[in-house]
Amino acid sequence: MNRIQQLFEQKKSDVLNIYFTAGFPNLHDTEAIILALEQGGADLVEIGMPYSDPLADGTTIQESSMTALENGMTLPLLLEQIAAVRPKTTVPLVLMGYFNQVMQYGEERFFRQCKEVGVDGVILPDMPVYVYEEQFRSLFETLDLGISFLITPQTNEERIRQVDALTRGFIYMVSSSSITGAKSGISEQQLAYFNRVQALQLQHPRLIGFGISNHDTFSTACQYAQGAIIGSAFIKALAGLQPEQVPAATVAFVQAVRGVAS
Amino acid sequence: MQNTGMANQAAPAAFAPIEIDERGYYGEFGGAFIPEMLYPNVEELRERYLKIMYEPNFQLEFQQLLHDYVGRPTPLYLAERLSERYGARIYLKREDLCHTGAHKINNTIGQILMAKRLGKTRIIAETGAGQHGVATATVCALMGIECIVYMGAVDIERQAPNVARMKMLGAEVRPATSGSQTLKDATNEAIRDWINNPENTHYIIGSVVGPHPYPDMVARFQAVISEEIQWQLEEHTGRNHPDLVIACVGGGSNAAGAYYHFLNDQRVRLIAVEAAGKGVDSGHSAATSVLGTKGIIHGSRTLLMQTEDGQIVEPYSISAGLDYPGIGPLHAHLISTGRAEAVSITDDEALISAFELARTEGIIPALETAHAFSALNKIKFRHSDIIVINLSGRGDKDLAMYVEHLPRFAR
Ligand SMILES: Cc1ncc(COP(=O)(O)O)c(C=O)c1O
Repeated sequence: MNRIQQLFEQKKSDVLNIYFTAGFPNLHDTEAIILALEQGGADLVEIGMPYSDPLADGTTIQESSMTALENGMTLPLLLEQIAAVRPKTTVPLVLMGYFNQVMQYGEERFFRQCKEVGVDGVILPDMPVYVYEEQFRSLFETLDLGISFLITPQTNEERIRQVDALTRGFIYMVSSSSITGAKSGISEQQLAYFNRVQALQLQHPRLIGFGISNHDTFSTACQYAQGAIIGSAFIKALAGLQPEQVPAATVAFVQAVRGVAS
Repeated sequence: MQNTGMANQAAPAAFAPIEIDERGYYGEFGGAFIPEMLYPNVEELRERYLKIMYEPNFQLEFQQLLHDYVGRPTPLYLAERLSERYGARIYLKREDLCHTGAHKINNTIGQILMAKRLGKTRIIAETGAGQHGVATATVCALMGIECIVYMGAVDIERQAPNVARMKMLGAEVRPATSGSQTLKDATNEAIRDWINNPENTHYIIGSVVGPHPYPDMVARFQAVISEEIQWQLEEHTGRNHPDLVIACVGGGSNAAGAYYHFLNDQRVRLIAVEAAGKGVDSGHSAATSVLGTKGIIHGSRTLLMQTEDGQIVEPYSISAGLDYPGIGPLHAHLISTGRAEAVSITDDEALISAFELARTEGIIPALETAHAFSALNKIKFRHSDIIVINLSGRGDKDLAMYVEHLPRFAR
């Protein structure tokens, strides 16, 4: 059982996953952000591998990715940074990126390297489900590496069940038909979708992402899933900070989401 | 257009026929690498596009609009002075005479009819040179459907006449301000729009790029070009195939259309002309087949310009329609298997060819198209060869650029 599965064994609700773009706002913030997220009370950390053309992401994450790339972030450097922080934390680490990055690195080499440096799971939104199933599933099982697929309000039940069968860790439940950071608040329509998926009694836990930005939206989302994912709102909180300002801002952000007075 | 896919054509025994498989691959290129948010729309299209396209009433409406509205068939013209100069028999397929001035409208007519049958009420598109944007705005006006066109901010500057045309036609033009602010970025923005509007919107992609089934669907709509070349050439010369077909390749839709019925006819050489920009090795180029490596762009596995780390590189070309860091998966397959020959042409060479065509044949080509003509200087052919050049578009939109260079070509 890897760290993601252990987490969901122990914790069935209010799981907080926070996303940040590696290399943003500064090239070497990765370690400080991960440790501060854990300290502030995040249960899971999702690390974005910055990409030039992040199709599934909105302006905030896109711009943070551009900054990160300009700062000099690369995949080999990120893996080095993760290897360095891994002994200092037990928080599950999930890498999120685009399939082209993985292809250029070499898929199998990348997944093995993930395991080696202590990454617990990956999210590759544009990797087709059948490609995973036919080419990489057995490798993931051998490595005990997690994989999350996305579902959206338009995903039909048959496909949700297919995703549930292939998931290792948690299902990434996109809260609305939208790119990241596009909307705020939770609508009636979204609640109906949350209820519909909840009624399916899936085997894997779900985390709701996209549009979750603060204590209120996090708490609401947690009523309909095991937890939620915050990305763009955290990126906004980090924008423009110097390395020495990053840890305190990170802790304060997580505590605000948790509703803990700092 | 007949209901014949390329798979129906007889291929020489030793040669693997060029065809697309179930999952949308030409050999190792193609597929649909898309986030889940796009999956239901793309999947619906994949399931239905062939059935819809080949319904008799769809074909009737499509053919009628191509004939009455677009002005097809477009002429196949024997360019005698050009032929004399280059020493071959050169025919020009006059896609520049299509309504709106380029081949792009063959595809937008097809896709707007498709969108109607899918029950979509809002259309989005990306555009580089603005020809696809104009062609999309045109068919939306024709059908009374809302139209939003994404265009790179740089392209909005350099193709101003087409921006004005789109607006006059009632479309909203939204600038893409990320990255190089050209075609790639406009495509990213259009895809994001589709993610945000999954229920009512159809995305009319303007070339043979994007996730399956787009490359195949767009190629089939453009295949009318080579279908006409076959019978027109038969009328002109008594044989229904040329020795060479030359076309410029941005994403590759005019080339795909001009090649389509000859793909599996090994007697026909296929020449794919790419934009070298300031030179293939200058760092300012869009010569994808030379500079590109295998990877994913806009949902398709193909050749693209990228760093070792898989970051997509900003391309450059004087021509907005060729200023794209990828090529359609069909072309990646044709070029990497040797079925098509790639030629790269610089900005300057294209400008020279544009003026040459204007002054030998009285035809001002689009800057994109001018690249195709420059290939005549780069490839070997025989005196007896019949060459068809796909004259993909007219040059009105590029006049400002041409005027800038007029002093160099003063008589
Ligand atoms: C006249 C003309 N030719 C060619 C192209 C390039 O597109 P494609 O390679 O899809 O034909 C464009 C694109 O804008 C164009 O306007």
